[in-house]
Amino acid sequence: MSSSREEFVSEAEEILNEAQEYLLQLQETISDPSPDALNGLFRCFHTLKGISGLFGFDGLQKLSHSLEDLLDDIRLGRFPVTVNTINFIFKFIDTITNMIKNVKEKDTIDVTSLINEVENFRRTPDESDQQESPLSELVDPEILRVLSEYEEHRLKENIKKKRSIYLIEVIYPLTEFDSQLRELTEKVKELGELISTLPTSEGIPEGSIGFKLLLASDKGSDFIKEATGCNVEEIVPGEDKSPPPVKSEEKTDEKPASSLKSASSTVRVDIEKLDRILNTIGEISLVKGAIKRIEDELIDYFGHSSLIFDIHRINQTLERRLTELQDYVLEIRMVPIGQIFSRLGQIIRRYSREIGKPIELRVFGEDTEIDKFIAEEIVDPLMHIVRNALDHGIETPEERLSMGKPETATITLKAFQKGNHVVVEVHDDGRGIDINKIREKAIEKCIIDKDTEIEDSELIELIFRPGFSTKDSVTEVSGRGVGMDVVREKLSSIGGFVDVKTETGKFTTFSLTIPITLAIIKALLIKVGSHTFALPLTSISETILIKRDEIQSIEGKPVYNLRDDPLPLMPLSEFYRLEVSEKDVIYIVVAGVGERKIGLIVDDVLKGEDIVIKSLGGYFENLKGFAGAAEVGKHEVVLVVDVEAIIEETLKRHKKATMSNV
Amino acid sequence: MKRNIKVLIVEDSTSTRSMMRSIVEDLGEEYYVYEAGNGFEALKLLPTDNFDLIITDINMPDINGLELINFVKTTPKYKHIPLIIVSTEKTEDDIKRGLALGAEAYITKPFEPDRFQETIQKVLKV
Repeated sequence: MSSSREEFVSEAEEILNEAQEYLLQLQETISDPSPDALNGLFRCFHTLKGISGLFGFDGLQKLSHSLEDLLDDIRLGRFPVTVNTINFIFKFIDTITNMIKNVKEKDTIDVTSLINEVENFRRTPDESDQQESPLSELVDPEILRVLSEYEEHRLKENIKKKRSIYLIEVIYPLTEFDSQLRELTEKVKELGELISTLPTSEGIPEGSIGFKLLLASDKGSDFIKEATGCNVEEIVPGEDKSPPPVKSEEKTDEKPASSLKSASSTVRVDIEKLDRILNTIGEISLVKGAIKRIEDELIDYFGHSSLIFDIHRINQTLERRLTELQDYVLEIRMVPIGQIFSRLGQIIRRYSREIGKPIELRVFGEDTEIDKFIAEEIVDPLMHIVRNALDHGIETPEERLSMGKPETATITLKAFQKGNHVVVEVHDDGRGIDINKIREKAIEKCIIDKDTEIEDSELIELIFRPGFSTKDSVTEVSGRGVGMDVVREKLSSIGGFVDVKTETGKFTTFSLTIPITLAIIKALLIKVGSHTFALPLTSISETILIKRDEIQSIEGKPVYNLRDDPLPLMPLSEFYRLEVSEKDVIYIVVAGVGERKIGLIVDDVLKGEDIVIKSLGGYFENLKGFAGAAEVGKHEVVLVVDVEAIIEETLKRHKKATMSNV
Repeated sequence: MKRNIKVLIVEDSTSTRSMMRSIVEDLGEEYYVYEAGNGFEALKLLPTDNFDLIITDINMPDINGLELINFVKTTPKYKHIPLIIVSTEKTEDDIKRGLALGAEAYITKPFEPDRFQETIQKVLKV
């Protein structure tokens, strides 16, 4: 099956499933048919008709067209909803499902008789609409002209049913209107029928967007005001009604025995739902910890007994199952990184056309799996790096030819797993990073001294400094206010880091090293003074117990000689400005990899624990040095150390110390 | 190099959308297509770029095409952007409303690629 046909079949199946859902809803609300279900059903066949037409399935298109007509009549109140009607549509959903399953290259099924059947059914006596008072007298024509025929019909119906019509007006900032509007919409839908949502810009300040929500409800205007907290105007008064009797909720009507078995066996799940499951697992882990504590206390009181042993055993089983459950959910969250690569590919192809630099794109390791959340988090940084490469890194075809390079430049996207991390590389064979230019800029910005000698690798590091750009002009794409500093910051926030390698005239490679997942992580609990902190185990390689006098000092900065390599040290007490302990024996926690390796000096190492990192949120969000907070043990909350930020700071200080002494 | 033409396609069916994208992109290298799956997404995309053309379906959940047209045509910043309605003849009445709200043209589904392209070029006057 070709991929476009596959796309068609899977969308068509989804639509039919949806249609069936709506139909079941209708069946439940048959005495007062749910307008949402009716409209939803109509839209299903409308869309189905559209896509079958586009993909050349004429028979299917005609058949869904006639069903769409029937449903249009129903939703506009021209045809009654009866058990008969519902069964009729059920039958046709079955028929179409079978047609789609058996669809060969082009469908040649004769649908004439089926269409006739629908047409005949539709011509059975219909109840004519009685004329109501003209709507324009009741409702502002400015609003009426924006309503679709269906929305207008719903408005009429609701007025006929003596419901009040309200206009709810809100203004939201452009940047976050969708979440706020969605929240409001959900609230409003509980109050009655949301007929229409009208976006507006009239009389709305720049940077904001206004919405008018047209709501039909049998609740009073004060109630609506209170429930929504918005400006509410009653534009058509309704009849005072006592709250309607509670409908019998669950009707366990037997569903018609239809075989709507889908050909594909996947479901789409909102990532938030998975987050919720993980959160719950995290909470259960805490309960598990509590049981362990109780077990210990019981042993203290009563000594060992078979009952306590039972608790112990059961708790162990609980732990095993929890780990399993956690693994399963984490597995569900994994997506192949190819999803991101294909998005990047689109941008690269489109943008390279736009700026006239032909690109050959090579992709490796697109099957490497990564947590969906992290995948989304690295899209922007990757996008930025790619755009930078296109803008600044890659030369124009003429330049390339004159340098003896192939006219078409190559960008390589590569992903591979490395321990608990995934490395994503963006490689281009462009002109590389101009180190002299960085040096000039750094001198101009007084970051370094004119005569200072600095290694190239340190100069390259400067591109990650906020506000450091060697480009004077800002191009449309890469100059959207995001710098490499934001890239680094973003990666740091998910516990990853970015590295760059370059050779003038030849290439630039950015490598992003990111954790595979960050939902539940193993952490090491450590103590500094009287404070407990959590260190994510993924960023730690070892811990060493040493005597205080083993610490050496280079240029006034503490280092420890780790297997003949000087390891820059950072006392956590100094970083967080906490009380300094005088203990003789201290721990060094070695964090980071390769050249970015440092030792954190802590007073004590407590134990390992599974933690769920929660954001500090709001006021504390920009607090430096913390990745978040987590609950451990007996309702104790500890701060999670942002190891990347500390590595950054430590290396900076140590560099400064060496630099100033050269 | 020719001037870029940025086209925003608002349509809730993914397969229809990608088909419309390829038809628009076939018009030439200067065409860039942005996709929105509903009125919401379109409202979010609008301030991010200068669009030269909006092609919108009418029948969409929450914020429908008419509401989008009205928003575009009553906002001084966007009012110059030409709009093409893509809908079925079924919703003839809605198409009329859309035109009354200021949409420049309409095309009914299912459409022939040629006819679709002609309409776009006519509206863009290219």
